[in-house]
Amino acid sequence: MTKTKNDRILLAHGGGGQLTDDLIHRHILPKLNNETLSELGDSAKLNLASKSLCFTTDSYVVKPLFFNGGDIGKLAVCGTVNDLAVAGSRPVALSLSLIIEDGFEFKLLDKILDSIGETARENNVNIVTGDTKTVEAGAADRIFINTAGIGIKLARADMGHDKIAVGDKIIINGYIGDHGMTVISQREDIKFQSQMQSDCAPLAGLTCELLENTSGIKFMRDPTRGGLAASLNEISRGTGLSIEIREVDIPIRPVVQAAADMLGFDVLTIANEGKFIAIVSPESVDDCMRICKNHPLGKDAKVIGEVCQGSDVPLVELITQIGGKRIIQMPYGRELPRIC
Amino acid sequence: MLDRIQKAQSLCNTACKQLARQINIMEVCGTHTVSIFRNGIRSTLPKELKLLSGPGCPVCVTDQGYIDIVLQLADRDDCLIATYGDMIRVPGKNSSLERKQAKANVKVVLSSEDALQLAKDNPEKTVVFVAVGFETTAPATAVVVKEAAQQAVDNFCILSGHKLVTPAMRALLSAKNDKIDAFLCPGHVSVIIGYGAFTEIVEDFNRPCVVAGFGPMQIMEGLGEICRQLESGKPELKSMYDAVVTKEGNIPAQKIVAECFEAVDGYWRGLGKIDKSTLKLKEKYSRFDAFTRFKIKEIPTEEKTGCRCGEVLCGLIEPTECGLFGKNCTPQEPIGPCMVSSEGACAAWFKYGRKRAH
Repeated sequence: MTKTKNDRILLAHGGGGQLTDDLIHRHILPKLNNETLSELGDSAKLNLASKSLCFTTDSYVVKPLFFNGGDIGKLAVCGTVNDLAVAGSRPVALSLSLIIEDGFEFKLLDKILDSIGETARENNVNIVTGDTKTVEAGAADRIFINTAGIGIKLARADMGHDKIAVGDKIIINGYIGDHGMTVISQREDIKFQSQMQSDCAPLAGLTCELLENTSGIKFMRDPTRGGLAASLNEISRGTGLSIEIREVDIPIRPVVQAAADMLGFDVLTIANEGKFIAIVSPESVDDCMRICKNHPLGKDAKVIGEVCQGSDVPLVELITQIGGKRIIQMPYGRELPRIC
Repeated sequence: MLDRIQKAQSLCNTACKQLARQINIMEVCGTHTVSIFRNGIRSTLPKELKLLSGPGCPVCVTDQGYIDIVLQLADRDDCLIATYGDMIRVPGKNSSLERKQAKANVKVVLSSEDALQLAKDNPEKTVVFVAVGFETTAPATAVVVKEAAQQAVDNFCILSGHKLVTPAMRALLSAKNDKIDAFLCPGHVSVIIGYGAFTEIVEDFNRPCVVAGFGPMQIMEGLGEICRQLESGKPELKSMYDAVVTKEGNIPAQKIVAECFEAVDGYWRGLGKIDKSTLKLKEKYSRFDAFTRFKIKEIPTEEKTGCRCGEVLCGLIEPTECGLFGKNCTPQEPIGPCMVSSEGACAAWFKYGRKRAH
């Protein structure tokens, strides 16, 4: 069958008329529907049990749109869910804004919407409001997505930089660098790209379980852009304390390490989309690790280091495999554009 | 692995104790520099043992006059500049290729073959390949020059800035740089030229020359071997990288380089003019020589005031001793080439070593 204009988004799909209506009723609602969304009001009305909420937003411009282990739709749900999760909340509602180029194929849009719906359902989170805009071909790169999210703060979550103390342990819930190296390798068409897979996953299930069943979690963060290096440096700066991690304990897949070496990247600075760092008290580290190990998203968790007393300048340092020490800098951040 | 590293460490410790003075070892290759920093090797060495980062990063040693010539060619509407990515951000006198890239006549290529293809795809332009690098990249340039001649790709030429490692090592020692006690010799270059190429350095200057691979253990073992030699007072030539390096090197690669190029005197950043250190296309290939084609004669050598990359490359100062380091000169806004290249000593220092004593 030859492709007709009907297979593709037109500028008029963003015009607010019949075509917009078609887009919403034929493509969006069937995949994402729930009571709140189906009202199609100008705002979603939410009845939430708590006054203590978390609220976040993020935009997604990843290139390519589809990659091993995920796509821009899954990423747009996971990214925002994870920001809510590591802030100590249970995600309940998301907004979804699509900015689509004239000529974008419906087939691909449907695939992305399916993936958004599926990931949201897995997490018991509803898409409750949204918006669609279309722009001329060339004005965006095919499709951009923004999601904002609301989460209900868990009563037991009491986290912050001020809670972190010398001796606290640092946990990562699995292999690092998978997302960033997968996306960049597909973009650069590296030959072993097929052996890598993004870790893109929603973390709220595991983080809620941890927060509800242990005490002593001082802080959590998802090391996305800038990777482990950026997150640990932020924590060190925020607390004025130093951090020491051990190279031998950091989970890195050999293929990810090889790809990073080949392209000249440091895996510690590479983006993750299904990882969190938890800073926990020494007393609760065993409980936390036990819960992680019993969860599919935490089975490869490791204690990678600890918080220590800073000297004059707080530093993040790596004990290398040969027992040497080097500083892990805040990455300067121009290496990997459009990774999420 | 750890016991071999410990053995190397103890060789270093013993030598430092016996000699009771500071020992300076220069790692010639930029890849060694990066690996040394990444693995925190300096922090495992006795404090009397100092590592100096040498002139082994091709971007870093390319003199500013050469960059300015490339920039002038990039301004010509009839030229298309094909360059490796590392060169793109090196600042010339007033600009850089990155800024010229907006004009769309600067293309980043991954290989010399890509540059030749660019010429075939753009017959209306003269493609100038920015041919830099040591003995490791020169054979690939020679191959495309021969191909261009065979296929009569007349709109292709190269601006050779290829450099030779051993003349630079000789120059450092001839300039009475008595800071250097020994060389950790480059692994990749040795694959091509063979470790035998360093024989004269050992014989003429009485300095240990040890070739090593790039892993932390290989580097440590190289340093251990150097220390053993220094302690015994008998400098030797030795390769610890037997898996890939032979004494003779890669003969076919050497042959094709010799067929296309001759060694002439050339300028190095920081080191000045060095005898027979730069590769120039031979007469029979001169029609592919951008210097000939565009009648480029003198290489002006003006360097930015304040930048001390030259002294860093000679092992005379550490990057932090430069007044610009980390302030005006950072990887985001580099002034000197040692901060531009990821293999440059300043960039490695900035990334892995800042704010750390020793």
